[in-house]
Amino acid sequence: MLWIKNGIVIDPKNGIEGEKMDIFVKEGKIVEESEVKKEECKVIDASNKLVVAGGVEMHSHIAGSKINTGRSMRPEEMRVVRNVAGKFRAVVGRVLLTAPGIGYEYAKMGYTTAVEAASPPIGSPHTHEELDAIPILDKAALPVFGNWHFVFKFVSEKDQEKLQAFIAWAIERTKGYGVKIVNPGGVEKWMYGSNVRTLDDEVPIYGVTPREIITEVVKANEALNLPHCVHIHCNNLGVPGNYETTIETMKLVSGMKNENRPVLHVTHVQFNAYAGSSWRDVSSGAEEIAKYVNKADNITIDMGQPIFGHATAMTGDAPFQFTLHKLIGARWSNKDTEIEGGAGIVPIVYLPKNPVHALQWAIGLELGLLIDSDKVVISTDWPNGGPFTEYPYIMAMLMSKRMREKELERVSPYVQKASSLPAIDTEKTLYEVIKMSRSLPAKILGMENKGHLGVGADADIAIYNINPNEVDPSAEYDLVNKAFRKPAYTIKDGEIVVKDGELVAETWGRTFWVDATKKVSMEAIEADLDEYFQNYYTVERINFGVDERWVKKPARLEVS
Amino acid sequence: MPIEVEIITGRTIDQGKTVEEKLTEEYFKAVSYCELNEEDFRSLGLKEGDRVKIKTEFGEVVVFAKVGSVPKGVVFIPIGPYANQITSDDTDGTGMPLFKGVKGVVERTEENVKSIKEILGVE
Amino acid sequence: MENVVCTFCGSVCDDGVFEDGDVRKLCALGKSKFSKKERIKAPMIDGKEVSYEEAIEKAAEILVEAKRPLLYGWASTVNEAIRLGVLIAEKVGGIYDQCASVCHAPGTLALIEEGVPGGTLGSVKNRADVVIFWGANPVEAHPRHPTRYSVMAKGLLIKDRKNRKVVVIDVRETKTAKLADIFVQIKPGYDYAIISALRAIVKGEKIEADEVGGVPVEKLYELAELMMNAKYGVIFYGLGVTQSRGRDRNVENAIKLVQQLNRKTRWVIWPMRGHYNVVGAGEVPAWEVGYQFAIDFSRGYPRFSPAEFTAVEALVRRDCDAALIIASDPAAHFPRKAVEHLKKIPVIQIDPHPNLTTLLSNVVIPSAIAGLEAEGSVYRMDGIVLRVKKLVETEYWSDVQILEKMYEEVVKKVG
Ligand code: SF4
Ligand SMILES: [Zn+2]
Repeated sequence: MLWIKNGIVIDPKNGIEGEKMDIFVKEGKIVEESEVKKEECKVIDASNKLVVAGGVEMHSHIAGSKINTGRSMRPEEMRVVRNVAGKFRAVVGRVLLTAPGIGYEYAKMGYTTAVEAASPPIGSPHTHEELDAIPILDKAALPVFGNWHFVFKFVSEKDQEKLQAFIAWAIERTKGYGVKIVNPGGVEKWMYGSNVRTLDDEVPIYGVTPREIITEVVKANEALNLPHCVHIHCNNLGVPGNYETTIETMKLVSGMKNENRPVLHVTHVQFNAYAGSSWRDVSSGAEEIAKYVNKADNITIDMGQPIFGHATAMTGDAPFQFTLHKLIGARWSNKDTEIEGGAGIVPIVYLPKNPVHALQWAIGLELGLLIDSDKVVISTDWPNGGPFTEYPYIMAMLMSKRMREKELERVSPYVQKASSLPAIDTEKTLYEVIKMSRSLPAKILGMENKGHLGVGADADIAIYNINPNEVDPSAEYDLVNKAFRKPAYTIKDGEIVVKDGELVAETWGRTFWVDATKKVSMEAIEADLDEYFQNYYTVERINFGVDERWVKKPARLEVS
Repeated sequence: MPIEVEIITGRTIDQGKTVEEKLTEEYFKAVSYCELNEEDFRSLGLKEGDRVKIKTEFGEVVVFAKVGSVPKGVVFIPIGPYANQITSDDTDGTGMPLFKGVKGVVERTEENVKSIKEILGVE
Repeated sequence: MENVVCTFCGSVCDDGVFEDGDVRKLCALGKSKFSKKERIKAPMIDGKEVSYEEAIEKAAEILVEAKRPLLYGWASTVNEAIRLGVLIAEKVGGIYDQCASVCHAPGTLALIEEGVPGGTLGSVKNRADVVIFWGANPVEAHPRHPTRYSVMAKGLLIKDRKNRKVVVIDVRETKTAKLADIFVQIKPGYDYAIISALRAIVKGEKIEADEVGGVPVEKLYELAELMMNAKYGVIFYGLGVTQSRGRDRNVENAIKLVQQLNRKTRWVIWPMRGHYNVVGAGEVPAWEVGYQFAIDFSRGYPRFSPAEFTAVEALVRRDCDAALIIASDPAAHFPRKAVEHLKKIPVIQIDPHPNLTTLLSNVVIPSAIAGLEAEGSVYRMDGIVLRVKKLVETEYWSDVQILEKMYEEVVKKVG
């Protein structure tokens, strides 16, 4: 039992905006004061400290074949020693990290939940093995659907019943959490050496288009009423002019509504927010996108903020990765995966003086600033945009125009004419950045017990050495930046795991997965599953997927 | 007359089938021979069942000789303890010994093929 | 029991049928895996039978007392066991290395240089209209690979063997060569030169020679033409490429060729990994400690250096003073000089079957056979994960049980 005393609480979901209050914890949950025996509580003195829910990472590449190939491919990334073996595991990694390192570093920043954002379905046992190697955090994984031949088939047949049954089947089999789509149709075209360019390009054999795939899959996701909305990496990622495709994609769901969450989450939008016609005249499309998102009532995004320095591009968008390889001449890994899609990996580095990189950096911030804080989530799309350990930098930048002005001095002047960042006066408040890193991602993911401090919530709590009622983030951005890097406490399920920025305990979190199989009739797709497995897969249908008992601490969420 | 050859090692189905039964006669048979090109085989004056001695800068070994589908000047030995007597232990910084392409000489011999335990020096 | 997963080669066929101690559908190698064989009878210390607990305790003692023990093997066990092996190596400050260092690790070095443009076996089955085996002989090493995945496999776009051209490039006319439409015989050690020639032709340059590495130039032009005209091609490379002159550079060059080909059409390249879980033996340490093989923990954190921390190097330089050998037989497969050192240091062996390493081992711990007597997850050659099953009961402890206990003992001793 914990008694967190006199903290200054910011808890956007419950409308608490810097109130001095006590928080009580029992059996891993936040409870009413009356529930605990005060004399038995461990007391944490949080006077003058900020108390918030543990951070929720909704888009990061924390587990599976991509991140692991990235490690193998980049030993130069692994040479930075972060922890010597002893009480805790040895940890190495610069931007890429070992699995134990992922758990430790998120916790050391006050984050307690993280979602793997793109798991190849047939690779899901691998994803889960790595998730199981990540200490402390609660976890989940999103299987990728947008280029899966079953989806093409059911979309081309306009058979919603089958599509829904298939999605429920696939999420259950992969022990996944929701539906991810990556460059729908485009990755299949890569198998023939090309890509889609518009929402109306057709996929070979099936004749379906990105427009149809997205629309039908979102419909199915809504009919199933899955906790998380469809999570999309748009077509044309990394292509100048692509902001139009992004907006067009958003328009596909106009008119659709869900009471609890958006119906579409568009991810790492920075990479999909370019205006212009080539890298020579590229400019920001962030304002247009922000305008659309702010107006819409059913769309959220995350930033995909680049951080200057090293990064590794790794996405399920295999054709994009090849283009990137050609563009920068860097190493390139590719993986075409059965009839499910593909992926690629290319090492990159973001340089402040490089006009394009500086512009990307500016666009990420524009999105974070121009979009309402209940619609944009903080992310670097780790490791695509760089380290997640720089979230404190992003938060500080969003809250301080002065800090941005200082940073602008060191980046390419190209951003002055190609983006609106220098002219943006907005300064998000602490309340807003807490929302953007806690309650909002939890809401989008449909994780009711995450991202807030109300009674019944999981006791995942971060306490930082700043008093929100005294600090001026606009001026004291250094202080804020430092404080978020070094929580006074990180508490996971009621246990103190980090104290004064140092790891003090290693615990093991749960893996959430969603079971919607009761909502559909599996009969509908039996024959199709058998046919495709027999003809196009190289594993037996029965050997595909993950059984719950193989997962260390599974937590099943039944959808009814 | 000894002839100069290049030695390559590799898997065979018999070696594979017996790889978990290394202390058996079958495994011994599967790994204690080499294959030579027919011309080389004849020029060494060999007949089926004869033995050859193969020498490289890393060691020497006596094995049974057979005709196989290898080019002239190449000797094939299944991976195993016999091959290891003559393969290179220089990994050139990679950790991988040069299992294929070590140069050596082959000659007919009257010496016996050692048992696996003799090769290993545990008997 | 149906859909049984074979734990022999990297093809990891998952369609075996197991009945009354017999297995159907698998190839001769797979069948041999499931057939009755001599087993190590009981745990032993210096030839004397002891209990599992005693043997494991002794093993832990050896590992903890050693300055730098080598923990080697891992390619023929399940990921859960491998993970424990990595944790033990980290705890005792030893070296973790695995069978790849004498098979396909040069491919990993090439991955570091260039990345690997690859695909799963299902991509090949469904799409590949040109399949090249380079220095690989699946008919003998991965017998069902040709039927299930590559040569005769049918799929989405390839409906018939006739839709596919199969090329074998090798120094000898292997059994696989007999399945091929085109066999290209090359001189040993000329892989690099031939790949360079192909790269030049694909780039549009002229080759100023009559032959390269024993191959007439016209034949190389034909081959390059075939490659450029493929819709989706694959190069499967084997030990013929990684173990011969050039090693990792051969693979790197082949990868560059594939990069170039992707500017014209689609190509992938993939190693023909040997043991059924040699991929797992690299993947697991990669996520746990950042590297796939040749990992030293003597400083308390992982360091990667193939020139120092591979098993052969550590043994040849006498840089390790004890060894734990699991699911592998270095005494049979390492160069003589490496085996010499192995004979001099305390050796712990964990294996279901007696082998040459048994003859050198001080502590011998018999284990259950994964895929027959124990379950766990393994990675097919293309990284696809399969769960191997427990089909029969056994008195033997599984690798996981043994290593869990050993980890416990080690933790007790080092804290
Ligand atoms: S090809 Fe390999 S995995 Fe398949 S049955 Fe034969 S030995 Fe087993
Ligand atoms: Zn991503």
